[in-house]
Amino acid sequence: MSKILIFATIQQDESLSSGAKEALSFGSRLASATAGSIEAVLVGAETTTGAKEAIAFGASKVYTVTNPILAEYQVELFVDSLFTVFQQSGADVLLLSFDRMGKDLAGRLATRIGASAITEVTDFRTEGSKLTWVRPIYGDKAYGEYSTTRSKVVVGIRKKSQELAVPDSTRTGDIISVDYSVPEDVVLTKLVVKIQSALSDIRLEDATIIVAGGRGLGGPEGFQELQSFAELLGGTVGASRAACDAGWVPSNLQVGQTGAVVAPDLYIAVGISGASQHLAGITSAKTVIAINTDSEAPIFKRANLGVIADYKTVLPTLTEKLKKVLV
Amino acid sequence: MHIVVCLKHVLDPEITPRYFQIDPETNRPENGDSDMVLDSFAENALELAIQLRDKTPGATVTAICLGDESSEEVLRRAFAFTANAAIRVWDEEWENLDGQAVGHILAQTIKTLGGAELVLTGYQASDIEEGLVGPVMAEELGIPCVTLVSELELDEESVQSTCEAEGGYTVMSVPFPAVFTIISSETNVPRLPKVKDIRLARSKPITRFESDDIDLDPVRCQPGVKLERAYVLNRDVNCEILSGSDGTELAAELTDKLLALKIL
Repeated sequence: MSKILIFATIQQDESLSSGAKEALSFGSRLASATAGSIEAVLVGAETTTGAKEAIAFGASKVYTVTNPILAEYQVELFVDSLFTVFQQSGADVLLLSFDRMGKDLAGRLATRIGASAITEVTDFRTEGSKLTWVRPIYGDKAYGEYSTTRSKVVVGIRKKSQELAVPDSTRTGDIISVDYSVPEDVVLTKLVVKIQSALSDIRLEDATIIVAGGRGLGGPEGFQELQSFAELLGGTVGASRAACDAGWVPSNLQVGQTGAVVAPDLYIAVGISGASQHLAGITSAKTVIAINTDSEAPIFKRANLGVIADYKTVLPTLTEKLKKVLV
Repeated sequence: MHIVVCLKHVLDPEITPRYFQIDPETNRPENGDSDMVLDSFAENALELAIQLRDKTPGATVTAICLGDESSEEVLRRAFAFTANAAIRVWDEEWENLDGQAVGHILAQTIKTLGGAELVLTGYQASDIEEGLVGPVMAEELGIPCVTLVSELELDEESVQSTCEAEGGYTVMSVPFPAVFTIISSETNVPRLPKVKDIRLARSKPITRFESDDIDLDPVRCQPGVKLERAYVLNRDVNCEILSGSDGTELAAELTDKLLALKIL
């Protein structure tokens, strides 16, 4: 029924980004549920590797917009080229990851196309021929199911919300190189400099293990202890808003709805009570361990494993024991 | 230089989940005892707008809020931050607007004001978190938009913006006019308004716009999405509390549990 076009972003090494794989996996699920088909669009300097990967993820057709000038992401050119391909493809749904790029593109593309826009989508539901999009609202305290009022829709998939499909490299599909002439006069936003953070400085959003501290640490010294503990685990340090507001750690360590929204495999909350805006930032964490003196703290409603104690009585022994195994 | 900052009045995100309820009739949250507040990123945007004005001779800040009378509270706050003017846009006909409709109405409001060199807004409001209004306004106004911006620096013809990027950050340059969606950073922590400014804010005039005062496209004022159903999820996890009686026992237990996860 519906024809789904997926914007599959590629990384520096020309392979598909994790967001692209999520969007393709979501698209495949949607296509099977609605008897639809999926196609992909890739934009970049070199798109062959990514196009093959998109086919392995189920795209029956891949549009490629290939030009050296598109090696580096440029918002106006990406909006323009994606708009061109969307119109050419005759698709009804444009799916993209609501990642860094998606946050630039979704609203602009929807407005240009005259489509509905829905972002941070984690799922969909079908009832008969009616399709609704599911997404968290109010800081993940609730879920909303939305229908759309226009014939076309741009859908932004929440980062790290999808199980990845298993790619099948025996699948076949058409790769269509789009004849796209780059309109230079649309370029207004220019990159001045790009600073990569040092490797030791893992971004909270990308971290697989996070050890986070809150007011219960009592001061900045507690965070030095957490830092060495996190290093031992191969993780990174986060903090609650209370700890950031107190000036114990810089605000870029803040985890929560108004800070970093994280999705680690392991989240250890030390001395964090679990204010609702903090919990909204860790809904995608796989395993949560809480260490807190207050057994009534809301963090224990989210934690899989709870330690009711002062962290000072637990952490030194824990560090010592783990050192023996891990180092 | 005219700086416009768009503000949103939202349900206090700090509301305790256990008190959070959705009214099944309206699909809206039941406020209960919780307050409506100025959205957190919008407040960062307001702070940044005021800082930029104070660094730029002749610049003015206009705060705009789309909302009913209760949302004038956030405009009073903007005045307390020393914003020069405040506009509330509302029409009783508007219900369940989405980010696209809001983006259209705000863009047309800015045009009615004669435009702005800088348009600032929070990057995502803490209630629905669509993250659409900034880019939609830019598209409607035909001007650039830089998202996830923490700092701005102005020179004669362009704006340098520091923004969050995958694995680090970037500095982008755009010409005036442009839209920026703001995130929190050490440099835009909202000020504590002076008592004098809070007092003055109470009597400053808020300009009110209705749909007839702005050149609106009725189609674009219609929401593109409709909330069919909303429900609160019980997220309570069954938490296994470790049984050890002192720190040493707990540490031993926790070590075993951690290793059993096979993540380390």
